[in-house]
Amino acid sequence: MRTIDLATTPLRELNEALHRQKDGANEDNWEVLNPRGSHAVAVGVDAPINLDVKGSVGYYCGGMNKKATITVHGSAGPGVAENMMSGKVTIKGDASQYAGATGRGGLLVIEGNASSRCGISMKGIDIVVKGNIGHMSAFMAQSGHLVVLGDAGDALGDSIYEAKLFVRGKVKSLGADCIEKEMRPEHHEELAKLLESAGFKDVKTNEFKRYGSARKLYNFNIDNADAY
Amino acid sequence: MCGIVGLFLKNKELEPKLGSMLTTMLATMCERGPDSAGFAVYGAPEAGKAKITLQSPNPDTDFAGLADAVSKVICAPAKLVVKSTHAVLTVPSSKADEARAAVRANHPAIRVMSQGEEIEIYKEVGYPTEVSKRFDLEHMAGTHAIAHTRMATESAVTTMGAHPFSTGPDQCLVHNGSLSNHNSLRRELKRDGMTFETENDTEVAAAYLSWRMKQGMNLGEALEKSLDDLDGFFTFVVGTKDGFGVIRDPIACKPAVMAETDDYVAFGSEYRALANLPNIDKARVWEPEPSTVYFWERKH
Repeated sequence: MRTIDLATTPLRELNEALHRQKDGANEDNWEVLNPRGSHAVAVGVDAPINLDVKGSVGYYCGGMNKKATITVHGSAGPGVAENMMSGKVTIKGDASQYAGATGRGGLLVIEGNASSRCGISMKGIDIVVKGNIGHMSAFMAQSGHLVVLGDAGDALGDSIYEAKLFVRGKVKSLGADCIEKEMRPEHHEELAKLLESAGFKDVKTNEFKRYGSARKLYNFNIDNADAY
Repeated sequence: MCGIVGLFLKNKELEPKLGSMLTTMLATMCERGPDSAGFAVYGAPEAGKAKITLQSPNPDTDFAGLADAVSKVICAPAKLVVKSTHAVLTVPSSKADEARAAVRANHPAIRVMSQGEEIEIYKEVGYPTEVSKRFDLEHMAGTHAIAHTRMATESAVTTMGAHPFSTGPDQCLVHNGSLSNHNSLRRELKRDGMTFETENDTEVAAAYLSWRMKQGMNLGEALEKSLDDLDGFFTFVVGTKDGFGVIRDPIACKPAVMAETDDYVAFGSEYRALANLPNIDKARVWEPEPSTVYFWERKH
């Protein structure tokens, strides 16, 4: 295990060392101490390594992550796992605004709450939140899944494309063109898989509702031609 | 951008350390606002006395003999303690308005930063750590304090454009964000007798709250009402003689994180600002909700 203490090592050295790791690297277990809210911790990792961050981080932790498994033993600031490509990022505490924004793949697990704009413009990432999410989450979400075990704030899924949203608790309000949809057997199966990979056991998929696009906003409708 | 830090102490034993705790918090927010900085500290009240914090670009000439000159006009004792470009004028409470008017009338180069029983405001253009050093924030004691690092967007980088803004006795406000209806609101408030020192949007928010409190609202009610009347982006942290409040606009894109223990309530634009506080690992740490008033008051 390689341990890097951010109280004594500059952040840039940590990220440079992480960027040197490639497929098949020998050092596959890393530990980061004393992040104390630092920005851009473990951004742009491109190797199948395990990284444990012991404390809370600032903006953009795990951004653009590829292949790595990153666990933050604390809370995360804005933009955690922004534009993640693959791998897994787990936040043991809460995540601030726009968690997983624009993510293209991989799994983001938030064990606490996520605040506003969670999964904004997501493009294939899967996000599982154990707690609640804030307003304008999944805004313009294009693909991927957002699973929320708690409640969702205002305007969930506003202007949503083809992402699938599963919420167990209350939804304060739905955004434009986002509607509740039927939970068919394949959705139960999909949801069960997501819950399992996020490590949440004993959660029943029939307690969830599914939300998605009514497809009235992003398809051109000839009846609206006069509006242009 | 801008950075905000605030600290409201619940444990009296920490009061001598307020300044040093705030200095550390402020230093973490330099990148968010490198052009100017300021802070309001509530503390060291003298029974029956009011403090007026003054600022001058020429402190050596403007502050020389000022206490005597004011004392003559108000026919009461006046004490002046100079700190770099700022000075605190202490006069009997009943003479505070008179003393302030005397400074305004006879010393036009001197600007009034704040007035009240507890509040002192210091703010200047410059890198935040330099500003806190210049006024020796580290050695100030008190019950609560708010500091701000500014990255200007809406008006010029000047001493008066720095935060906090104070528009009523023992009141102050700092702001991260920008208001879009400040000009029309300023006109309305002026019609109702409020006065303004700058073209700054934040000063309008401060004056708005003072105006609401003049109408009889408490700080919590005034903050609640501001959600209807202010348009724009804001995270505000406000101070009163014994209160400390936080509010974010409904969109809440300006960052905020708070921490509370038995000893203190703390605010930071980022977690970095809170990372060095005592027992932060055991604190309740959370992100304040949008459109929600958070307000703490000291019990006497």
